[in-house]
Amino acid sequence: MTYNDSIFAAIKAIRVNVLRSVLTALGIIIGVAAVIIMIAVGAGAQSQVDNLIKSLGSNLVLVLPGTTTSGGARGARGSRPTLTEDDAIAIQNEIDTAQVAAPVVRGSGQLIYGNQNWSTVIYGVTPEFKEAKEWKMKDGRWFSRDEVRSAAKVALVGKTIIENVFEGIDPVGEIIRVKRIPFTIIGTLAPKGETPMGTDQDDTVIVPLSTAKKRLLGGRRLSGKLVRTIWVKSYTAEGVDESVRAMTELLRQRHRIQPGQPDDFYVRNLSQILQARADSSRVMTLLLAAVASVSLIVGGIGIMNIMLVSVTERTREIGLRMAVGAKGIDILLQFLIEAVTLSLIGGIIGVILGLMGSVGIAEIGGWPAIIQIESVFLAFGFAATVGIFFGFYPAKKAAMLDPIEALRYE
Amino acid sequence: MLGDTTVHALREVDLEIYEGEFVAIMGPSGSGKSTAMNLIGCLDTLTSGQFLFEGSDISNLTPDELATIRNEKIGFVFQSFNLLARTTAKDNVQLPLLYSGTPRADRVRVAENVLKEVGLGDRVDHHPSQLSGGQQQRVAIARALVNGPALILADEPTGALDTRTGIEIMSLFQKLNATGITIIIVTHEADVAQFANRIIRFQDGRIISEENNKESVNAEELLQNFKPVDRAG
Repeated sequence: MTYNDSIFAAIKAIRVNVLRSVLTALGIIIGVAAVIIMIAVGAGAQSQVDNLIKSLGSNLVLVLPGTTTSGGARGARGSRPTLTEDDAIAIQNEIDTAQVAAPVVRGSGQLIYGNQNWSTVIYGVTPEFKEAKEWKMKDGRWFSRDEVRSAAKVALVGKTIIENVFEGIDPVGEIIRVKRIPFTIIGTLAPKGETPMGTDQDDTVIVPLSTAKKRLLGGRRLSGKLVRTIWVKSYTAEGVDESVRAMTELLRQRHRIQPGQPDDFYVRNLSQILQARADSSRVMTLLLAAVASVSLIVGGIGIMNIMLVSVTERTREIGLRMAVGAKGIDILLQFLIEAVTLSLIGGIIGVILGLMGSVGIAEIGGWPAIIQIESVFLAFGFAATVGIFFGFYPAKKAAMLDPIEALRYE
Repeated sequence: MLGDTTVHALREVDLEIYEGEFVAIMGPSGSGKSTAMNLIGCLDTLTSGQFLFEGSDISNLTPDELATIRNEKIGFVFQSFNLLARTTAKDNVQLPLLYSGTPRADRVRVAENVLKEVGLGDRVDHHPSQLSGGQQQRVAIARALVNGPALILADEPTGALDTRTGIEIMSLFQKLNATGITIIIVTHEADVAQFANRIIRFQDGRIISEENNKESVNAEELLQNFKPVDRAG
């Protein structure tokens, strides 16, 4: 009996009891669908996180100043400026894994253009900032080192400002007042979207660090070379941990912190934080994995059950087949192939439902779900394995029948 | 082909059946005739003694080796036909060919030819439920014939049929016997046994009589004189 014949025979046997077969395969159907949805949801969540990390700037860590302590009461994090431009230069120059270190000051202020005005976030940065944040230009140019050195009154604006203040006018070359001081707009920024915390990254004016400190955001707390934060980008994701370790050591040394004393700065690994958030979406994935494995096992037991019923029902047929020359292996294969065919049909239906479910979850539920083609093969593999595993016992039982007894069976 | 075959079965049973014979095995239930038939059909094995099939001792063959002999040498016909439901006559007849590894195209051709031989050339695609009892038994006989067996073993082949149809089936067996196929029929009906050339009677696990039936009835002639009144049989 060739495999073709066996598969034909199996399909025929299954068609005899369509409803029974479908009900039997239900466990497999649900299990396979759950596997596919699980993987799609997992992949979707991961890709959402990857995109967020990319939008923030990959391999990026944020160095914040530490806290003040006055009379035992600790101030908020970053309340005591301790970081300087020189710290940034030292990090970039002395740490091998660090690609760039960008010192940043930040504040808010009012923009005025013509009869429009807008309150926004002002960043004072150096050209390293562009590299660290991987922030692309839409139009115009980034400011040069000379312009930073000379504290030129030039500015870059983000998409939200262009839309709300300029309303169709090309902003490049226009003069805008930032905190009443006129700046020339030399470029516009490509849209970057929101941060995971919901801040609009495009509602931003970027000016040279020196200009910001001298004219916009200066004052006692940011005097001299003090800066608010330093963004440090590593060359590779693997290098991030080494950068954190090395810069912690470097900054402690530069800030003359004695061993045993706490750091006067704080390093935040953004990718890590985001990844941790992504891991919480694994709960959903784990839940689906549990559903999938339980369904596949229950489905397998269902198949074993129905195959045992089938073997009993068809005892005479088995006896006849043996009488006309079927060997034990022929009978074994016939029932095994039937069980596997049954579970693979369940697998096909499950794949279809799983794909539809993934699309449904993405469209209706708003969950990010990305269908992985590998998951289809994986799910199919599961279905086939379940069929073989749970189909073997009934098939073996059929093959062990005594032909005389089987022929006489009523 | 079945020459020199000696069957030791049951208790002190010594039986030889020769190639080309038409033998009827008779006896009441429990007489051991079914056991004898299972042994001859290579479905059962001896606990002691010897069974020669075509001159070779097959007492110690494995179940798979016996399956091959059944497939190649023996055709079975049962009282209740044992056809697969929801399967066409053609596919039922092909069943033994599945296990002899015959290619699909050949199987269909051979099955159709054999069905023609038993007079069902126009019923190849019918399911058992669409056929009369006699036609179903003909399909079963075609299935027994399809591998070109040396021996056909029929267990009460007319038991589920009316008298006339039964005689028709016996006529078919006589025709097959005339082509050289050995036929063994197990029956408890003396009327059916009369078609055989030799009648062996079992009782309590022993052979109690063995007679050559020189005046065996020709089923074909009987059919011509058959009165419709007797149909109820």
